[in-house]
Amino acid sequence: MRYAMAVDTKKCVGCSDCVVACQTENNVPIGYCRDWVVETMDGTYPQLEIELRSERCNHCDNAPCVRCCPTGASHFADGGIVLVRQNKCIGCGACIASCPYDARYPHPKGYVDKCTFCIHRVKEGMKPACVAVCPTKCMYFGDLDDPNSDVSIILKKRKSKTLIPEAGTKPQLYFLI
Amino acid sequence: MATRRQFIRISAMGTGAVLAGAAGFKLFASELTDGQKATMAALTARTPTYCEICFWKCAGWVYKGDKGAIKKITGNAEDQNCNGRFCPRGTGGVGMYYDDDRLKTPLIRTEERGKQSFREATWDEAFDYIAEKVKKISAEYGPECIALFTHGSGGHYFTTLLKAIGSPHIAAPSYAQCRGPREVAFQTTFGETIESPERTDIRDTRCLVLIGSHIGENMHNGQVQEMSDAIDKGATIITVDPRFSTAAGKSKYWLPIKPATDLALLLAWINVIINEGLYDKAYVEKYTYGFEYLKEHVKSMTPEWAYGITTIDPTLIRETAREMANAAPAVIVHPGRHVTWYGDDTQRLRAVAILNALLGSWGRRGGFYRPETFELPEAPHPPFPTPKRTWRQEFPDLYKLSDSVLANGLCDATVPDPSRNCQFHGWIVNGTNLIETLPNQANTLRAIEALDLLVVIDTMPMEITGYADVILPECTYLERYDDLRIGPHRKPQIALRMPAAEPLNNTKPAYWMARELAKKLGVIEYFPFEKIEDYLDWQLKQVGSSLEEMKRIGVKTFDRPLDDLYFAPDEDVEFYTNTGKIELYSTMIEQEGFDPMPKYTKHEEPPEGYYRLNYGRAPMHTFSRTSNNPNLTDLMDENTVWVNPRVAKEWSLSSGQYIHLENQDGKRSEFPIKVRVTERIRWDSVYMVHGFGHDQKKLRRCYGKGASDTNLITKVLVDPLMGGTGMRGNFVTFITDLKAEEVVS
Repeated sequence: MRYAMAVDTKKCVGCSDCVVACQTENNVPIGYCRDWVVETMDGTYPQLEIELRSERCNHCDNAPCVRCCPTGASHFADGGIVLVRQNKCIGCGACIASCPYDARYPHPKGYVDKCTFCIHRVKEGMKPACVAVCPTKCMYFGDLDDPNSDVSIILKKRKSKTLIPEAGTKPQLYFLI
Repeated sequence: MATRRQFIRISAMGTGAVLAGAAGFKLFASELTDGQKATMAALTARTPTYCEICFWKCAGWVYKGDKGAIKKITGNAEDQNCNGRFCPRGTGGVGMYYDDDRLKTPLIRTEERGKQSFREATWDEAFDYIAEKVKKISAEYGPECIALFTHGSGGHYFTTLLKAIGSPHIAAPSYAQCRGPREVAFQTTFGETIESPERTDIRDTRCLVLIGSHIGENMHNGQVQEMSDAIDKGATIITVDPRFSTAAGKSKYWLPIKPATDLALLLAWINVIINEGLYDKAYVEKYTYGFEYLKEHVKSMTPEWAYGITTIDPTLIRETAREMANAAPAVIVHPGRHVTWYGDDTQRLRAVAILNALLGSWGRRGGFYRPETFELPEAPHPPFPTPKRTWRQEFPDLYKLSDSVLANGLCDATVPDPSRNCQFHGWIVNGTNLIETLPNQANTLRAIEALDLLVVIDTMPMEITGYADVILPECTYLERYDDLRIGPHRKPQIALRMPAAEPLNNTKPAYWMARELAKKLGVIEYFPFEKIEDYLDWQLKQVGSSLEEMKRIGVKTFDRPLDDLYFAPDEDVEFYTNTGKIELYSTMIEQEGFDPMPKYTKHEEPPEGYYRLNYGRAPMHTFSRTSNNPNLTDLMDENTVWVNPRVAKEWSLSSGQYIHLENQDGKRSEFPIKVRVTERIRWDSVYMVHGFGHDQKKLRRCYGKGASDTNLITKVLVDPLMGGTGMRGNFVTFITDLKAEEVVS
């Protein structure tokens, strides 16, 4: 089993619904976020191109945050999801420094927090909150080992990219382009 | 080609907060956080609602935690408006409930030694105060001199109250400040209006044409969803906008039009469609009136003619016209929503309507469908008294095509003027922040100055509440019942809103307020049900449902009475116009003395050193209503002014710098605004998101953040056909020397 997510940049309108849905689903404190939206723009008026991406933890196969964690709080869970054990985290911030995607934040309660792919929902057969809420249906989630999962199907059909592949982290968050 | 790459993290918060110590951890055996556990436990405790953050009114579920606290809101999968997916504002609706700046108790204005302030009052005191003033105004000037301004669900009950006392003056700024010209244009062409949610069949369209309409940034949920479906199915999107909007970024064709020239482009498209024989000949023959007049009318309006006006390449005008015709009838030239721009808006929207008629999209799959609204019985009550005067008498021979009361008209007729005998003396304002809604703030303030009574009903202290004599704190939509939502949409549907929690503080629902006031004013017979839930149950039982059932399901769908979502092939359709046809040539507009077919008129251009002020929406905010919502402020807490790099260079402006804007009348923005230098805007205009720059200090999160566009809209271009207030004729320049206290470090 290998959980992954694909985000369709051709459909995303950058509304940030994913951000607020994650916030209310996961009790992320006001002022923090586990996911966010990035806009990049190329060209000069009127030859322009824009790309909108809903970003979050890339749940990397080769995750520097897991390797560098001194207490074992950062770890791989079933399906390759990268998680933090709150009770083992000492808030040292090594993982935050090691993450090329800036996907982690220090929770005011003292531990480091990040996207969990909403594993608590996935275990119940639901989609992650961001995927379930998105008005443009631009996010696809599922098991890459299952050829019939939403994410497998869309990745077969469409061209995609990952972010900062040169970091060698083998990210599992794909962007359809 | 020069390439500039901009990198903007739209919605990420700074994660630079100092790490708290490791002490005080709660220990958990599992990997779930406490929040997640609470959320999971709450999955069984949910109550239905429909959203009140905007007018789209999506139906959803409110989830509560184990202690009964509201946790999250999600969409109801059965609901046609949202298909189970709420937008960021609806999802962030919890922030409206938890906002600690909410109005908490009734307030009455008092004056002590010349210093005015609000004192806390009981509900009874507040109602007595209002009733006494209403009676006095009614006795002295007539009840018609009391007006209601409303936007939102509670407005219905105050409407009943106003009509019961004998005033017909109920206005929603959503008409003359927003979609009015569109409704008049489509009414005069097709005999029917567009309504809300729009009857656009975007999910099945093959070509969507957006003219200044920035779907995606205006987060009209169902439309955004359907545009995404259309993208999936390979539909062509054509976007006309001087700004590279999000929708432009998803378009096959972006036409970067010179602002204020849209009508010339539309006429040129009509010219091409007719001249190249691309129109739906059978449809035009069977359903329309005035084709030959139209053909003659647009003969000289070629793409070459339009090029000189719009700066759009004639080849591109032809190519896009053909693209539309290829997709026809599954094509939508979208009527937009906020269309009060230049004062000739009804005529511009007439051109949109005509174009749709030529393409045969009205009544066709992938074009415009026939919406269905569910019919519910109204509470029985005596007939309303007949008003002795109406606002129209104050505007003889003006705005005759308007089919709704003009909010700006009521405002104008409140300003003392010897030529008017029905100056308004009392305003009741429910859920609309008129200061930020009506253009020409000075005029609004002059009107308010002249009032004997201003009652404001709201959940938040807005600018308008600062001018009130009495403030009635309404509980949020999450704490109250309201009328059933009844449509319109593809299928008839009803949706229930019920309280998920008891009202916080001393706040109350609008139904209760209106009924209590009705008691004091002696018109209680218009509110036969003491409790709104008894009224809803009474209504529901007559249509085969019940309050009990609706509490369980939230949304109930019914079948259409007829299978007539689209016109049947060769269906004989009678249109509600003078000729019974789709009027390409409008006999009704002609009767009122205006051009029966739209003509391009040149609009004023910015003087040297000034730029046209364009404004629009951000997907995470509604009007000026949500700027203080903690969850939504997290996503966007101020607006920026978009400036083209060429202009920025000329003025030595850089991104992140705070400046003031000053308009053609010398009106300066109240607060500084941050510059965003971007290629996404033309060099002759600037752009900002509406709804920021609040000067109400009680809005602690958003006070002084960004600038208010309304503040800078002093020049209003009034549509002579229906009185809409065109707001895109204002020009601004940059003031870069800020006062020391305004410099944001």
